[in-house]
Amino acid sequence: MNAPTIEYAELAPLITIFGAAVIGVLIEAFVPRKVRHPVQVAVALLALVAALVQVILLAGTGMVAAVGAVAVDGPALFLQGTILVLAIISVAFFAERRLEAGGDAFAPAASTLPGSEEERILVRERMLQTEVYPLALFAVGGMLLFPAANDLLMLFIALEVMSLPLYLLCGMARRRRLLSQEAALKYFLLGAFSSAIFLFGMAFVYGYAGTLRFGEISEALTANIGQDGILLAGVGLMAVGLLFKVGAVPFHSWTPDVYQGAPTPVTGFMAACTKLAAFGAMVRLFYVAFGGMRTDWQPMLWAVAIATMLVGAVVALTQTDIKRMLAYSSIAHAGFVLTAMVAADQTATAAILFYLATYGIATLGAFAVVTLVRDSGGEATHLAKWAGLGRRSPVLAATFALFLLAFAGIPLTSGFVGKLSVFTAAIDGGAAPLVVVGVIASAIAAFFYVRVIVLMFFSDPAPEGPTVAVPSLWTAVGITLGAAATLLLGIVPGPLLDLAQQASLFVR
Amino acid sequence: MTFPWLTTLIALPALGAVLTALVPSGRGTLAKQVATGAALVTLVIGALISIQFLFDVDMGVEAETYEWIPEFGASWALDVNGISLALVALTVLATPIVALAMWHEAEDEKRDPKAFFALLLAVEALTLTAFLAQDVLLFYVVFEAMLIPLYFMIGMYGGPQRRYAAVKFLLYNLVGGLAMLAAVIGLYVQSIDAGDPSFFLPDLVALDIDTTTQWWLFLGFMLAFAIKAPLWPFHTWLPDAAAEATPANAAFLSGVADKVGTYGMIALVLPLFPDASRDAAPVIVVLAVVSIIYGALLAIGQTDMKRLIGYTSISHFGFIVLGIFALTGQAATGATFYMVNHGLSTIALFVVVGFLVSRRGSRQVDDFGGVQKPAPKLAGVFLFAGLSGLALPPLSTFLSEFLVISGTFLRYRPAAIVATLGIVLSALYILWLYQRTMTGPVRPAVEGMPDLRTREVAVVAPLIALLVVVGFFPKPLTDAIDEAVGPTLVEVGVEEPEPLAPVAEHVEEGTGR
Repeated sequence: MNAPTIEYAELAPLITIFGAAVIGVLIEAFVPRKVRHPVQVAVALLALVAALVQVILLAGTGMVAAVGAVAVDGPALFLQGTILVLAIISVAFFAERRLEAGGDAFAPAASTLPGSEEERILVRERMLQTEVYPLALFAVGGMLLFPAANDLLMLFIALEVMSLPLYLLCGMARRRRLLSQEAALKYFLLGAFSSAIFLFGMAFVYGYAGTLRFGEISEALTANIGQDGILLAGVGLMAVGLLFKVGAVPFHSWTPDVYQGAPTPVTGFMAACTKLAAFGAMVRLFYVAFGGMRTDWQPMLWAVAIATMLVGAVVALTQTDIKRMLAYSSIAHAGFVLTAMVAADQTATAAILFYLATYGIATLGAFAVVTLVRDSGGEATHLAKWAGLGRRSPVLAATFALFLLAFAGIPLTSGFVGKLSVFTAAIDGGAAPLVVVGVIASAIAAFFYVRVIVLMFFSDPAPEGPTVAVPSLWTAVGITLGAAATLLLGIVPGPLLDLAQQASLFVR
Repeated sequence: MTFPWLTTLIALPALGAVLTALVPSGRGTLAKQVATGAALVTLVIGALISIQFLFDVDMGVEAETYEWIPEFGASWALDVNGISLALVALTVLATPIVALAMWHEAEDEKRDPKAFFALLLAVEALTLTAFLAQDVLLFYVVFEAMLIPLYFMIGMYGGPQRRYAAVKFLLYNLVGGLAMLAAVIGLYVQSIDAGDPSFFLPDLVALDIDTTTQWWLFLGFMLAFAIKAPLWPFHTWLPDAAAEATPANAAFLSGVADKVGTYGMIALVLPLFPDASRDAAPVIVVLAVVSIIYGALLAIGQTDMKRLIGYTSISHFGFIVLGIFALTGQAATGATFYMVNHGLSTIALFVVVGFLVSRRGSRQVDDFGGVQKPAPKLAGVFLFAGLSGLALPPLSTFLSEFLVISGTFLRYRPAAIVATLGIVLSALYILWLYQRTMTGPVRPAVEGMPDLRTREVAVVAPLIALLVVVGFFPKPLTDAIDEAVGPTLVEVGVEEPEPLAPVAEHVEEGTGR
């Protein structure tokens, strides 16, 4: 028996990130507490940048590595590159220390009781939470692996590696800690359920196909006839797990609570990167493994897409908290991506890749802006407090308005081009009615985005309203980059569209 | 390579908008000067371009195409013909006039005027792009993007209910725009199916789309344009916006920006969806006639002068749409010509009402009376603008209204007859408004009202001059429009109705053609 070969060069980005995450754990153990923070941040950023460089060097590869378990191909590399860029900006937001008098957005020690004497001492001594960086790296590692996983087992491992650190990160908010811990628990419980259902579905699919590899499952679809029941059950259950991760209706109920409770930099990171990774994995699974039975799963995705767009848009109308509103908006966006997914061809893959990249950038920027609007209780997330922000800080309000306009899909922003490409893919794939629903949902969604803009620019500022904190250079650069990319990709989207098109071929 | 005239025409106001935005805050006057300067330079370029078309002098203006998003087959493609030229001319003329009219209005409540002037130039650039675009995606992008600056212009400057009006304006137009987005994508997919993905207008016009699909796409486009234009029953945002925006802004909105809607009907809808346009024409004609009568009747009932003018615009837009969907050469030429004349006349009306409002601090008809005694020149200008609104010969508005009605008469006789009633009603609302505000005993609050100032004369004089000059010498413009309208109607494939001999002769003599 020959030992399996591992393609180290092709897997380098993953190895870098996981290695750095382990080093991060060691730093926690051995580096003195005072210098731990800068060291952790430096290690995390270095690892992310190094992995990004490795991904760029791998561009154009199309192969299956690690004995068929991991695909290194266009969609995987495109998503990995995007996730890494977003993660670099996220880590910069994590490390922001100008907003909370010497602290950051995280509780100094997540294990202390909220409101206890111990916690107060830690805050007074300006202790910093440093465990978030290795946790974030593990999550990023899982996210890189998730869209690249080419067999069921690897898919499940990636899902768990990605999710577990996120559950922890959600519970670490510095302010409103009970809300944060509640969010973490909720996310963990529901996430655990969905993972279990996903695993159950995998077992069915394995039972049907007798293999874990995507490519071989695809072949089994044509060979095994007459056992459709077990296969359909498996596909349905696996879809539940993935739709939970992307936040699609009816598996969305965790999204608003978790988005609201988690520390805002984590929310941004999660909203942008998790969605990318989960959609990447979902597209690969459904196109590569289950592509041969698309007529069976397309009706299900039709229904989910319609429900997701409408519920996301309509419920967002009633929100009064900016983070919850963005959460429902992210649900609606998941629905828009699903419209393209229904088409199940290469155009659709390219459209989804482009959409996810632009959406990730705008989302990260929008949540970063939320961290800057503060009053005595921390971030002022209630919408009423945002009244008149445009008069106090026109530049910040204009930036946020730009992100909102991108979410609403107004031309000259990246959101428009994204929407254009997913809707084009959907109509081209014969899903014109879905696009009509999408258009209606966009119109509803436009209402609440516009409402925030009205509030910021046309309302009189509240007398005791929040102030806009001056962030460190890193955060300022991150937000500026996000805004510039959002505008630029709206005016000249050509290069990124081209890249997405080149990257849209799955290796089998 | 020849000089890119059309791109320059768009780049100038865009550049002006950026420069105006860069003026440090607090230097309001400088910002206004920069903006007005940019608008005037644009006017000069626009005039040079017009010369080629009006007087057949070759200035080297030609179609321009540059790559934009090759992945979608979308390009920065511009071209100009008689129809677009008429509207480009209107836009470049109106912008400096509006800027001048806003000179003091933008500083109400101590607001920084900079934003308004920068946004005005941005809208000018976007509107010009819409009129020149030969690429459906480019047209759609500017059509939608235009809403955002207009929204801020209404919402940041204007009356007490301006926020409500701005949001209503935006949401109405966004809904229409999104319906159009679905149709634009549907159209594009037709070109994919035909094997050559493209947004280039001539490519799309050449497609052979089956009638059912045409109907759906037609509905998407028409909804957007009917809201924008606005056509009854999609009009309700306009009176609010007209009442709450500053007068100069309302002038620009209904005089220039809304013309993108009617332009879209004649330049995109007719050639792209000929079968559906032909089949739907009777329905649209009915809606247009309802708009004419409904707008005029509601105008009569208004007590707010700006709202009143808003409703007259709905009536006039009804005439324009009627002319377009009558599908005769005469009516279509008349409708395009009408767009220009309605622009001039509405701007004049709004601007003069703006002068009155700024003096009296109220826009209610009842608060005025006997203005002609203290301010005779102002009253005279008001009367003139009003008469242009009711299409009195020989003002230019008369000719366009006549062409629309006589052209419609050839195909839809009852519609033309009912539309004529609109003319009678327009005389009623204009003259009654004049009578209530300008004549009669002088109200105490109106006593000592100052007459026209130099800046105000500079605003109104070009409008009046144009209304008269174009009224006497319409031939260059109508000829240029006529040339462009012909191919459009051939595309629709309708046969020109057999003219009733006496009517045709009368037109030949009466219009000086």
